Amino acid sequence: MARRETPEINAGSMADIAFLLLIFFLVTTTMDVDSGISKKLSEKPPKDYVPPVIKEKNIFEVNINRNNEMLVEGETMKLEDLKEATVKFIDNGGGEGKVVDGVSTGPCDYCKGARSLTSSVHPNMAIISVQSDRGTEYGMYIKVQNELLKAYTELRNRLALEKYNVSYNQLQDDFKKDSKNEELKKKVEFVKMRYPQIISDAEPTSVN
Amino acid sequence: MSKFGKKKKPMPAVNTASLPDIVFMLLFFFMVTTVMRETDLKIENPTLPNATEVKKLEHKSLVSTIYVGKAKDKKLGAGDKIQLNDKIASPDDVTAFILNERSQRSEAEHPYMTTSIKADVESSVGTITDIKLKLRDVGALKLSLSSRKMTEVKQ
Repeated sequence: MARRETPEINAGSMADIAFLLLIFFLVTTTMDVDSGISKKLSEKPPKDYVPPVIKEKNIFEVNINRNNEMLVEGETMKLEDLKEATVKFIDNGGGEGKVVDGVSTGPCDYCKGARSLTSSVHPNMAIISVQSDRGTEYGMYIKVQNELLKAYTELRNRLALEKYNVSYNQLQDDFKKDSKNEELKKKVEFVKMRYPQIISDAEPTSVN
Repeated sequence: MSKFGKKKKPMPAVNTASLPDIVFMLLFFFMVTTVMRETDLKIENPTLPNATEVKKLEHKSLVSTIYVGKAKDKKLGAGDKIQLNDKIASPDDVTAFILNERSQRSEAEHPYMTTSIKADVESSVGTITDIKLKLRDVGALKLSLSSRKMTEVKQ
């Protein structure tokens, strides 16, 4: 009896099986990258800590109540006006900056603000204080934080464009790609130091 | 007019022999990129807020995530719930959670550890503040408020 050749296995349905698996992984896969507003919490103050006295004019007060309404420097304000007001406040430059290592940073020579005597003296002295109610919606809180950060980004971009002809965002991206580049690092630090982000979250008011 | 009376040849079938190869290639791609969620959510999947000024979270292995939102299980009641690992917890448990996360990493990595809070837009700031105070007490100062990147936020 002649040996019969083994019949070939039909591979026609292999594609179907593969498709099934493919669809399963397509559905379960999540491509999102984790991103978020980064914040640095302040360290816990020691028990006998006396908070430094800060002049009223150097504080930009933002209050959000539990109905998600905003009060900026004692006046109601809409969210879309917040960035502009913040830029005005930070960029005012009405006096001498703070003393770092015994050397005064002097007046703000890169500020383009009104140099009003009733607003902040220097970007490195300008403090933004956000006070929210315990009942405030988290979404609103993030929106406010976002607007404040936008103001800083705008100022930093402006300064970087003037000094190095590239925006601050671009500088940061370049630095990320080439993190050993000392020159880029210096540039990023320079702009960062000129407009430091000082946003403080005051303890929220209680609902009760 | 035999020229016009030409018999039409049947269309040759498209060769599908390489189809499985293509599909397998796609399959492997998705198999490799897929990330299965390690913890199943006890709270409703939070709707993250939108923001423009977001930073990417780097070093995923150094990130510990805290979820805030409404509980899926209606028996737990309404209001914001905090989920640590795969349990609903109270703000007081945050300290232990962070210490536990720390113990899983080497000492040198501790300063780079970030806490990511994934909170629903509708949760209240009070809950977030409770967590923040606990994080401050335990010295986990790097924080990321998880939000989706948008080019322009609708007011």
